[in-house]
Amino acid sequence: MTNASPTSRETIVNALLALLLLGLPLLAFAMGEPFYITLATRIAVLALAAVGLNIALGLGGLVSFGHAAFFGLGGYAAGILATHAFDGVPLFAGIPGTVSMPVIWLVTMVACGLVALPIGAISLRTAGVYFIMITLAFAQMIYYFAISWPAYGGEDGLSIYVRNEFPGVNTTQPLPFFLICYAVLMAALGLFWLLRGSRFGAALQAARQNATRLSAVGIAPFNIRLVAFIISAMVTGVAGALFADLNKFVSPSMMSWHMSGELIVLIILGGKGRLFGPVAGAMLYVLFEFALGGITERWQFFLGLILLGVVLFARGGLLGLLAGKARHG
Amino acid sequence: MSIALLIEQLLNGLQLGVMLFLMAAGLTLIFGVMGLINLAHGSLYMVGAFACAAVAAATGSFWIGLVASLIAAAAAGAIMEVTVIRRLYERDHLDQVLATFALILIFSEGTRWLFGSFPLYLDIPPLLQGAVPLPGGGQYQLYRLAIIGVGIVVAIGLYFLISRTRLGMRIRAGEADREMIAALGVDIRTLYTVVFALGAALAGLAGALVGALQSVQVGMGEPALILAFVVIVIGGIGSIKGALFGAILVGVVDTMGRFLLPKALALMIPAAQAGPIGAALASMLIYVVMALILAFRPSGLFAAQS
Amino acid sequence: MAEPVLEILELRKTFGALKATDGVSLDLRPGEIHALIGPNGAGKSTLIHQISGSIRPDSGSVRFLGQDMAGLDMAARARLGLGRSFQISSLAQEFSALRNVMLAVQARQGSSFRFFRPVMDDPTLTEPAMAMLERVGLAGRAQMPAAELSHGERRQLEIAIALALGSKAFLFDEPMAGMGPEGSKSLTKFLDGLRLEAPILLVEHDMDAVFALADRISVLVYGRVIATGTVDEIRNDPEVRRAYLGEAA
Repeated sequence: MTNASPTSRETIVNALLALLLLGLPLLAFAMGEPFYITLATRIAVLALAAVGLNIALGLGGLVSFGHAAFFGLGGYAAGILATHAFDGVPLFAGIPGTVSMPVIWLVTMVACGLVALPIGAISLRTAGVYFIMITLAFAQMIYYFAISWPAYGGEDGLSIYVRNEFPGVNTTQPLPFFLICYAVLMAALGLFWLLRGSRFGAALQAARQNATRLSAVGIAPFNIRLVAFIISAMVTGVAGALFADLNKFVSPSMMSWHMSGELIVLIILGGKGRLFGPVAGAMLYVLFEFALGGITERWQFFLGLILLGVVLFARGGLLGLLAGKARHG
Repeated sequence: MSIALLIEQLLNGLQLGVMLFLMAAGLTLIFGVMGLINLAHGSLYMVGAFACAAVAAATGSFWIGLVASLIAAAAAGAIMEVTVIRRLYERDHLDQVLATFALILIFSEGTRWLFGSFPLYLDIPPLLQGAVPLPGGGQYQLYRLAIIGVGIVVAIGLYFLISRTRLGMRIRAGEADREMIAALGVDIRTLYTVVFALGAALAGLAGALVGALQSVQVGMGEPALILAFVVIVIGGIGSIKGALFGAILVGVVDTMGRFLLPKALALMIPAAQAGPIGAALASMLIYVVMALILAFRPSGLFAAQS
Repeated sequence: MAEPVLEILELRKTFGALKATDGVSLDLRPGEIHALIGPNGAGKSTLIHQISGSIRPDSGSVRFLGQDMAGLDMAARARLGLGRSFQISSLAQEFSALRNVMLAVQARQGSSFRFFRPVMDDPTLTEPAMAMLERVGLAGRAQMPAAELSHGERRQLEIAIALALGSKAFLFDEPMAGMGPEGSKSLTKFLDGLRLEAPILLVEHDMDAVFALADRISVLVYGRVIATGTVDEIRNDPEVRRAYLGEAA
């Protein structure tokens, strides 16, 4: 079969990317260069956020320009719960804060799901440009709310004094924290892979390719898309919680529309709808940021040029270059 | 609360609405004719403001600066269209979003490169300094009234342009059927460039006018762009009438919400809390309005029939 | 006479000044092929859209298996057993032919919210789907992406999908369009047998196929049914000859 070789080539490229992302910080650890571990953690967390978005965008064709809202919600879940635990003040009705990452992730997923449900239900009544603009607008709504709500720092953001805890792991050290992020990223990639191959994934991808066809076989595209949007928001939210823990800081800028744009950029740089597209994209992005940022303060100018070049001339992204055209069995 | 204060806030809302209309008219025209979503529209707004501020500083005349802002934004728009945008008409919206997002990065950093990170300041021209008395006491800035006037003139001008001129006929034909207009022998590439430059000039005008009220700085176009998106989503993408209606609605609701919500809350909860909570809720108000409208009219109030 | 499977009563739909559907009534009985013919622009596809639920009529009713379809969208009607093919092939282009049919099998099983089991390893999906492809003669193309199938093959695939849904009535919108004479002939034979499984409302321009297949024919002109009858009745109907066949001949 002609399509067997690009597929297996993609598998090899994916495995190499996964090993590269794991190997670099281990090497950095061995060489006593914690900065590079932090850089790799940043890649893993941004990739995780983009994997979440890729469920909606890559599989479902839903160009959400508001996923930064969920990224920020996760960040605030981590920040707020940690602050309450630190101060010993209950959240409300006697419920205490927590510094346990698994609990924070769970709260994040519930919160993101509850917010994504109405946003998705309204936005998915529309399509195309409307969907893009409405998701953007809702994210701005949450962004402005975060800025003007004074209880948790408002515009100045919220510091996490000590990184949250994970049972049995010393999260204050860079390498163990990286490994947590890496493990969550791999779990999310596993989820993406399972979803893509499942019945739900089949319906979701069909909704992207041809929603009328999906309706004609009796599956309502709206329900499928809404569930995908919610799952997608939850995964991006967990990434936000980890991002806050990485920086020990959360602020409304995590929810800014630039962040939403960057998440889309990560996917496109890597290769839309591909399992490891977000990973490749996040690697490229953070490397650009690091390499260009070292040379010039104006690195975003050049990032813009590169991005423009990718959109206009290299639509498959990095994985398109490395592993050939995407195939869908 | 006095009547004068209420009128003042209403006028502020109207002025914001007019500014949004100048942004939204270009966006919606470009979408209606070319089917393109342009995130970099806010950059053109910024270009207008910077051009006006720089030229006004150099020449000492706001009016020369205003003309410069129109020329600079239209030129930037035309160059943008010819070099990049033109390649995006046949692409899907995702590519359009990404490419114009890239343009924002380029414009923002480029402007910072040229003008530095410090904001520029633009003074209100002497002719329009001062205030006019309001009924019920109080005064209102003349300059803001002038902005409202400009908005009314532009709205009327656009109406005549689109309904009465040859260019307008071509724009309407282009909205109805892109192939037909090509078949009519209209040079569609030129038409698109002209429409894009027109939209850009309107955005530049808005930027220049607002530049005298706020500081002129990189990133100033983005909040305006996002509000303009809300406006055209509410009004119906592609509809100038919808853009006008939506802009006034958003301008007035946003301004009045910020003014009235904290006061209304203060009747129920202690004033110290009512202020910040009211402000936070007010910042969400237009989005709630948008959601409500979309829940009943998913393609906006004045959606073009399709 | 048996109860009709599908019953359309006084359906009306206008677009601006155009009366696309102007009081159409017709029915589809068990075991029959009911052909709907008419010149271009007569409103045949608009009618199919209203029956299948993708366009909402202004007034009138569609009853299927005795149930009023008002308020049910296309997906809900498909779940009840109203299978359709599209005038212009409408497929999941990136999916293989097999996966397109598997989607229908999955829908019929009523279980799209399953998130983990890989569909390609699920014989309850692959086997029935493959069987349907075999029935329409596309088994050899099972792994080919829909976008790469020939025009005729896509029409066959649409029919395989409608079959896989276990439809209780079929709405086929010009299934022969763009097929060569060979293809038309074999599809005609196939549809001839299919009517025993479920009745077919057939919109078709290929008059040889219509005359060979139809138990009854309705003629639609400017949104109105000007005649309904057997093949012979329609052939000899003077109004039909004048309005339609006369022009075609």
